This record gives sequence, C-alpha cells and structure tokens, in this order.
Amino acid sequence: MLIYIAKRLGAAIATLLLIMTITFFLMNTIPGSPFLTEKSTPQQIELANQKYGLDKPLIVQLKNYLVNYCKGDLGVSLKMQEGTPVKDILFKQGKFGLSMRLGLLAVLVAVILGIPLGCLAAYKRGTWIDGLLRVLTTVGVAIPTFVLAATLLIYLGVKAQLLPVLSGSLTNWKAYIMPVISLSFYDVCYIAKLTRTSMLDAINQDYIRTAKAKGVKNKWIVLKHALRNSLIPVVTFLGPLIAFIITGSFVVETTFSIPGLGKYFVESVINRDYTVIMATTFVVSILVIVMNLVVDIVYKVIDPRITLSSTDE
Amino acid sequence: MAEQTKLLEIKDLKKHFRIKKGGFNKHQTVKAVDGVTLDIFKGETLGLVGESGCGKTTLGRTIIRLYEPTSGTIIYDGKPIFDSEQNIAEKMLPYRRKMQIIFQDPSASLDPRMTVGEIVGEALDIHKLCTGKGEREARIKKLLDEVGLNTEHSNRFPHEFSGGQQQRIGIARALAVEPEFIVCDEPISALDVSIQSQVVNMLEDLQEQLGLTYLFIAHDISVVRHISNRIGVMYLGNLVELAESYELYRNPIHPYTKTLMSAVPIPDPVVTRSRERLILEGDIPSPIDPPSGCKFHTRCPYATERCKEENPVFRDYGGGHYAACHLLEK
Repeated sequence: MLIYIAKRLGAAIATLLLIMTITFFLMNTIPGSPFLTEKSTPQQIELANQKYGLDKPLIVQLKNYLVNYCKGDLGVSLKMQEGTPVKDILFKQGKFGLSMRLGLLAVLVAVILGIPLGCLAAYKRGTWIDGLLRVLTTVGVAIPTFVLAATLLIYLGVKAQLLPVLSGSLTNWKAYIMPVISLSFYDVCYIAKLTRTSMLDAINQDYIRTAKAKGVKNKWIVLKHALRNSLIPVVTFLGPLIAFIITGSFVVETTFSIPGLGKYFVESVINRDYTVIMATTFVVSILVIVMNLVVDIVYKVIDPRITLSSTDE
Repeated sequence: MAEQTKLLEIKDLKKHFRIKKGGFNKHQTVKAVDGVTLDIFKGETLGLVGESGCGKTTLGRTIIRLYEPTSGTIIYDGKPIFDSEQNIAEKMLPYRRKMQIIFQDPSASLDPRMTVGEIVGEALDIHKLCTGKGEREARIKKLLDEVGLNTEHSNRFPHEFSGGQQQRIGIARALAVEPEFIVCDEPISALDVSIQSQVVNMLEDLQEQLGLTYLFIAHDISVVRHISNRIGVMYLGNLVELAESYELYRNPIHPYTKTLMSAVPIPDPVVTRSRERLILEGDIPSPIDPPSGCKFHTRCPYATERCKEENPVFRDYGGGHYAACHLLEK
C-alpha cells in the first residue's frame, strides 16, 4: 500500500510538472502582456517587465515559478489586483471558498438525486416511469448550462421574482438555489443514466438470483446486492467531477454574478494576469490529481476484486 | 423403492417469457416450459437431461419460484404453493428455507462484494436461524467445514477461490438454511473434469447425511445416470420420458431418448464401433414457434401424420416408466 502511494505520488508530481510547463508556454503564446494598456508607454512596460522578471528568458521564468511553488509562494497578481499575493486572492478573499461551497452542494445534489433516480429507472425498467426518466435525463444532458441558467434567471428571478437575480457572495440560502440547480442538473441526469445502465447490468447477474433464492426481499436485493456492485462507473465519474465543480464554473458564476474562482480564472486569462493563471492552474491540477487518487482508493473499498498494484497481490 | 412419499407434485407447469421483437409493442412468447407434470419423491435424486435450450434450467427455477410460473400447480409437501386455477401464490419466504438451488456458474452466482462469511451468513440472518453472533460464526464455520473448505477462509472474497472452491461456497450457502430440497442446476458443468467428481461425491455424501432431495439438472447423461435414482428427459419445454435411471439407460422407449443414449460415449472401442449411432437431423426448433402436435415430429425418424397434429399424452407405460409418444400406444 505504501509503495503504491509512493508510486502514485511520483506520478502526480510528474503530471503536475507537465501541466505547469504546458500551461506556461501556452500562456506566453497569447499575444499581449499584463502591462499593455492604451496609455502605457514602452518605457513603462519595460520597467514593469523588469520589476516582475518578465524580461528574463522564458525558461528562467518557468524555473522561478516552479521553485517558488515548491516554497509555497504563489506570487503576486500582476494586473487585476496588482501587488496582492495570489494566495490571498484565492483563499483569503473567499473566491475558492465560494466556488467550493457551491460546488460541493451541487455534487451532493447530483449524488442524492442521480443515484436514486437511476435505481428507480432500473427497478421500474420498461414502465412509464422509466420512459419518463429516460426522456428527462436525455434532455438534461443535452441542455447547455448557460441556457438552463439564463432560463432559470429569467423565469424564477426576473419574472416571478421568487429568487434573487444576483447571487453575490451567497449570504442567503435563496441565493444558492438557482446556481446549484444550474451546476448540478447535467450531473444529476448523467449520474442517473450511468446508475440505470450499470444497475440493469447488475440486476441480471446470477448473484441477484442467489439473493432471491436465499429469500432476500426485493428492496434489499436492489440496495445491498445490485447497487453496491453498480457504483463503480458512478465513482469514476464523480472523482474528476468533484475536482472541477468545486473549482468553479465560469458560466454559472458569470450568470449569477458570483465572484468565485471559475469566473476569476477566466478573467485572469483575458487580462494576461500570468501569475494568477499559473497559480489557479496549479491549485486546480492538484485537486484533480488528488481526486483521482481518492477514486482509485474508493474503488478498492467498493470492489474487493480490484487490487491497487501488482505488489498488492 | 416401492412406497414413496411425494415431496413435490408439479402439474402442467408452464413458464412463458415475453420477449420484445422488432418495433413498438411487438411481443413474442418463448414457451420455455410448456406443461410439465412431475412428482419428486422424498430423498431421491431426480436427474433432468436435455439439449441446451430445452427448458431444464427454467423448469428448475420455476419449481422453486425464482421465476413466477405462467400457469400450473406446484405442491410442496402436500401444501399448494402455486396454483394458477385456484389463484394460489403463497409467500415464498418460509419455503426458501426448504427449497434451495445451486447455480451453474459459481463465480457469477456469488456477490463479488461480500465475503464468504457474509454470503453464507446472509441466509442465516434472513431466516433468523441464529440467536447470537457467536452461534452465527460457529454455524458458518461448520457449514464451510461440511463442504470441505478451510474454516479460516470466511473473511475472504469469492474471487480469491478456485472454481471448485467457489462451487463449494455456493453449496454451503444453499445448505445454510437446512433445506430439504435442492435444485442442482448444472452444478458441475463449469468445473474442471478433475473437480467434477469431487463435487458430485460431496453432493452424494451430503444427501446421505442430511436426507436431501435433489433435482439434478445436467446435459451430461453419464453424470446424471451416476447420481440419479430417476431421470427425466426434456425436449422443447416438455418432459418426453421419465423412468428409473437404470431402466431409462437400458430400455429407452421415446425416439428422442434413444438418440440421446446413442450419443453417450462409451470408453470401449469395440462396443463403440459395433453399436448403432442414431443421429438427429436438423436443429432444435425455436421455442418461440414450436412445432404443432408432438414437438419432436420435425426431427423424429418415425413421425407419422398423427404426430403432426396431436400432442401425445405423457403416461405410464409400466413400472413408473413414463413417456409421451404416439408410437407407443399401439
């Protein structure tokens, strides 16, 4: 187990290095610079470049980023909040926290609704309930988030005035409703579809018949034997989903005017705020990598047939 | 074997499956079991043979109501548990204790997420057969011991065992509720030949110790002959012949049984060369649209006009030797 974790850690570091390098070079291929505005003179730009080390060769700049990240220093913002440490922007100003709160809630909704709906559809296979759910979930995965978010905003927010149009910093429970629905709708439908398919697969297995022969009640056959065996695809989907959803969605945060990480990240790219781009990528990448590791370990818990590594045997 | 008590009486049992075919709402019916009448006596082993797809497995599963019968009657120990005419469909929970099944594929029939102890123990819990944790543990160990497994292995998962061991787990699981009747649904066909005899011998020993009644389903006639007191032969959802094991082997009277028997390999080249090998022509017809009259008439070398129109009656031709064939009625 320890060897396995050490191996995974090594792979994670390599992955992270690769992501940061690629992001760095891609970022530098975008024309423009953080200091380029209509008013700025070439001298000013050069001065700023010198101040932040942007005059150095790219490879040296990359090295500086990586060395500083190892020390836990994410640098200061170059443009959007010039001079403010990026760490403070992400964590102290609550951008990360805001997106995470919203994201975790959305994941929770996706799991709490998606899995039971999938089970229900599988259990009632071939009936009108299954048919209805199939139509709904197919529509659900087809509707783009921005359409759903805008529709909700217009009908529930503007016309009916039931919910606040501006969600802001999510100080009120009402402010959560529309963003969470928009964020989780696709995932609820997708998880329901996944669960249905793998449940149907499990229900036709021999061990379900064994359980029936033992006298296990139908309800428990579904919950205990079928569900546990059909969760693997759902867990696979959930890992990266959690990582991405808690780091914020640009569309949802923009639509509902939430000052979260997703929105800030996209703005940082538009503004060429290099340090913010790099730091955000760094944080998101770590989250995705960690979630993937967690998923692999959860697999092992769900399905004892899966061994984590060859040395595990 | 003169006076025997009937453990199970099955009358005109049918199991039809509806399958979807083609466009919207187009259904067809597969007549997997199409009117089987059969008695199973206490303490005997009734073998059931037939080609793949003839309905052996469906019959076994329908008898213990893993499949809900389409029509017919099942009487267990004098009590009707299913009767389509009188609308009886008893709750199965108490009968799940008395009737058990061993499945063909041992690895697929064990929940991969449960340990052996949980698999065996679940049955004990459902039927509330143990009072304390200690007793439960002891029971599980005893069961594992009975089927020749290491009692220390109850914390392991099914995939950690070989096929033969997995089948032993399946048997231990079936025995956990102390059943009287066990459907052995091709329990050895997924196993290595070397393991097959071990499992068959174990099943025989258990029968002797515990007084079990078996319905032993297989397509290998030699194994069935070895273990069974009586053998039933199925063809396309019907029982075509039923007789004591030795009698059926020595004196098959239905043309289908005759061809089956001639196909059994005999480990003696002299006998094999000299004996007449009957070969059936054509494939087994589809149970979706079975032939009229006697279902075997399309492949029967002796078929007459009558066979095409009239379904032969399954009747006793002396000494408990049942068959369904018009040719025998002359």
